[in-house]
Amino acid sequence: MIENRPGLNILAHVTLILGVVVVAMPVWVAFVASTHTATDFSSGTIPMWPGPHLIENYRAMLDTGLSTSGTPPVGRMMVNSMIMALSIAIGKICISMLSAFAIVYFRFPFRGLAFWCIFITLMLPVEVRIVPSFQVVADLGLLNSYAGLSLPLIASATATFLFRQVFLTIPDELTEAARIDGAGPMKFFRDILLPLSRTNMAALFVILFIYGWNQYLWPLLITTDSQYYTIVAGIKRMADVVDGLPKWHLVMATAIMAMLPPVAVVIGMQRLFVKGLVETEK
Amino acid sequence: MKRTIFNGQLLPWLLLAPQLAVTLVFFIWPAFQAIRQSFLREDAFGINSQFVGLANFRALLDSAQYLNSLKVTAVFAVSVTVLSMGVALILAVAVDRMLKSQRPYTTLLVWPYAVAPAVAGILWYFIFNPTVGILPYMLDIIGYDWNHNTDKSDAMILVVIASAWKQISYNFLFFVAGLQAIPASLREAAAIDGAGPVRRFFDITFPLLSPTTFFLLVVNIVYAMFETFAVIDSTTEGGPAQATNIMVYKVYFDGFIGQNMGSSAAQSVVLMLIVISLTVIQFRYVEKRVEY
Repeated sequence: MIENRPGLNILAHVTLILGVVVVAMPVWVAFVASTHTATDFSSGTIPMWPGPHLIENYRAMLDTGLSTSGTPPVGRMMVNSMIMALSIAIGKICISMLSAFAIVYFRFPFRGLAFWCIFITLMLPVEVRIVPSFQVVADLGLLNSYAGLSLPLIASATATFLFRQVFLTIPDELTEAARIDGAGPMKFFRDILLPLSRTNMAALFVILFIYGWNQYLWPLLITTDSQYYTIVAGIKRMADVVDGLPKWHLVMATAIMAMLPPVAVVIGMQRLFVKGLVETEK
Repeated sequence: MKRTIFNGQLLPWLLLAPQLAVTLVFFIWPAFQAIRQSFLREDAFGINSQFVGLANFRALLDSAQYLNSLKVTAVFAVSVTVLSMGVALILAVAVDRMLKSQRPYTTLLVWPYAVAPAVAGILWYFIFNPTVGILPYMLDIIGYDWNHNTDKSDAMILVVIASAWKQISYNFLFFVAGLQAIPASLREAAAIDGAGPVRRFFDITFPLLSPTTFFLLVVNIVYAMFETFAVIDSTTEGGPAQATNIMVYKVYFDGFIGQNMGSSAAQSVVLMLIVISLTVIQFRYVEKRVEY
């Protein structure tokens, strides 16, 4: 703040409050809808305040789900999403750390080529190679499996670059000291690099967990067995129930549950989240 | 570049093996297949295929649907970028004035980053639903008959709002960081010289913010072009009458539902070229990033 202008301060507060309201509005509407029954919508007046059916609706979705849409109970889909998000986040962090370690601490032939191979994945998002990627996964027999859901997504140039950056800032003196004390490369990795990059790992984990949880196209393509549906991909199948209107109160309850874990992670670990976001964009 | 390194020829390859295996099997091989297929034409049963050169690409350029998809993608990407960056900038400038309430406001504004695009789509689809939605109900009062199932521009507005809404939080965080990097002394000096807040914003703050703005511009275009697949699929599915059929959606639709492999592959190759150019722009810019 440069000078004291009460008028501008009020304007700024009004803008921000308006912004918060607009940003939160869709979720509020969804939450309100999820606490009513189907008949409350058909009456023509849209409820603005929560109704009394919160626990009933959420329990019904968690335990039994919407059987007419062919989706399993939401509880099952949330477990699937959790497995997928955790495998992607942990998998990406593990393989990226190892490859960054190889690239920073070793000199070997074709090192540049390996680096470029990893770099190129940045330019090949799933969306541009949908059909052939599907064929590969089908040929490997990975359709309808947790491996198929997570394995193709765990290569990560961004994470590799991030760890490369972190390792480059670690002083050479540490490596020299470790070598003089007779530590081999893997001991150095485990006892020095791992502890020193703990916060980076945590920050990256937050971003990657959200990334994994929110995947849509990939699970939609490779899961035909409803036992493997993830919640984000399953919710659409509920919304387009063929006969009649979708059961909006139940679909909205599912939407709220689908956003709860990643939103909780962002709010609960805000500092790590911002750090991760800024670092992965470098 | 490290001075101290470890010796070993086999170990680095073992360390790289998982990453390289995944990259080769799930990224490079499929991409190579897409490029190969874009030059082939398969018969109706997918048994035989013959080399047809650039015919698939030429067919794309002659296809009114594809040209429409290019136009739709451009309108969509520009609208999402302008809307989400505009709103985010206004909010960031407002929060930058705050001393004590900065953190609570930030918390209240950043969480939509975590909402999946598919869920964002469903939420707005519900709000705009012609029969049960709250906004068509309000629009009806002022005499506007909203229906994104039949009206092309209504459908476009729906997907733009749903996609931009989710992206505001991201832009907001980077704008706030960019604003805080601008030395207060510059604005103070301008204030002493008698420049008002509006003048200061346009003559000092906004120009100094341009590295952030440019960076966000690229990120938002990439987001709107590639990550909004779920928004489209969970709301309009490209319709009505192709009005929201963005390129990424069309690749999926032609390849999986239309089973037209040659055309879908050619479209994939076009998209790859776009991603490659956007990535190059982004990386060249990051290298020359101006720090004030």
